[in-house]
Amino acid sequence: MTRARPMPELDDQDARDLARIYVITGGRVGPSGRTTIDLVTLVGAMAAESAGRAPEHRAILRMCRTPLSAAELSAHLRLPFSATAVLIDDLLSAGLVITRAPRTQVLPDPELLQEVLRGLQRL
Amino acid sequence: MGFNGSEPSAPAPTPVPALATALKIAVVGPLGVGKTTLVTSVSEISPLTTEETMTREGARIDVLGHRSTKTTTTVAMDFGRISLGESIVLYLFGTPGQERFWFLWDGLVDGALGAVVLVDVRRLEESFDVLERLERRGSAFIVAANGFPEAPVYPVETLRQALDLPDGVPVLNFDARSRADCRRVLIALTEYLLALSRLPRADQDDQAAREQVRSSQG
Ligand SMILES: Nc1nc2c(ncn2[C@@H]2O[C@H](COP(=O)(O)OP(=O)(O)O)[C@@H](O)[C@H]2O)c(=O)[nH]1
Ligand SMILES: [Mg+2]
Repeated sequence: MTRARPMPELDDQDARDLARIYVITGGRVGPSGRTTIDLVTLVGAMAAESAGRAPEHRAILRMCRTPLSAAELSAHLRLPFSATAVLIDDLLSAGLVITRAPRTQVLPDPELLQEVLRGLQRL
Repeated sequence: MGFNGSEPSAPAPTPVPALATALKIAVVGPLGVGKTTLVTSVSEISPLTTEETMTREGARIDVLGHRSTKTTTTVAMDFGRISLGESIVLYLFGTPGQERFWFLWDGLVDGALGAVVLVDVRRLEESFDVLERLERRGSAFIVAANGFPEAPVYPVETLRQALDLPDGVPVLNFDARSRADCRRVLIALTEYLLALSRLPRADQDDQAAREQVRSSQG
């Protein structure tokens, strides 16, 4: 990851956190950098490791050998959701992960809801 | 519903992971009403926290070069997971209903199965704007009153009147610390969604229209 600008003096933890996020996402966080990754987009690794990528990318690959949601990845990485989404997008573009978007219909079909109901009743 | 992955180009022959259907439910309500308690009671994992960093209108997140970061606010959401068999994973997100966080939970409620609105009977008015907003968006929700020991318990019909809820919306009394109670709340939401999904499309709209009329007549 290369930085075009020198790191300014940062006077508190928030600023250091934001700087770290800025660096690992290459500044692609924020309103212009929105991805299609949802909180519960499931992410599964297609490769075990990927040398040369940022530690955060490699951490995602390790964590989602068993598929995890983008929200879980964000929590484990301790990164804001939007920053995590950018990293997932990188891996997706490189073919290193696959994702499955969640159901987004206003009302899902009765069969799916029946399945949810049966699952909850078995809990 | 697709796998929007790309062709595997890496030589490592990792098997393609099977990805379940993920669903989310929003748990909304004022601070201290029991959202995190509910999520903790039913989640199969210790609740996790995801954060979003909001910047004030017009401010960009590329703070490098700016000395002041006072325009940023971090909003956290607790969430938990319930696996329902092999193929469905249900995520529950607890999110505050205050106005300044709406921007965040609008994104959450979009695409959620439905919402559970938690109320504390001693401060019902703190849930009015959340309810109004969900109604206006046409989001499906139920209302669950978390019973704190020192608070009175009201019949659900009394709560429905006090909250000015349409007839069809389920209202329950429950204890957020009880796993069985939380499960009952989730079942009530799912049964309600199931009933809505079985209405023919036109009736769904009719019903929404009727409820709107009813609630505007108060
Ligand atoms: N007595 C009692 N206390 C509760 C109940 N639910 C939550 N609490 C307590 O109320 C406080 C706030 O609950 P919490 O789940 O953190 O609220 P949140 O802000 O909506 O996430 C915590 O100290 C809980 O232990 C309940 O059903 N009964
Ligand atoms: Mg909480």
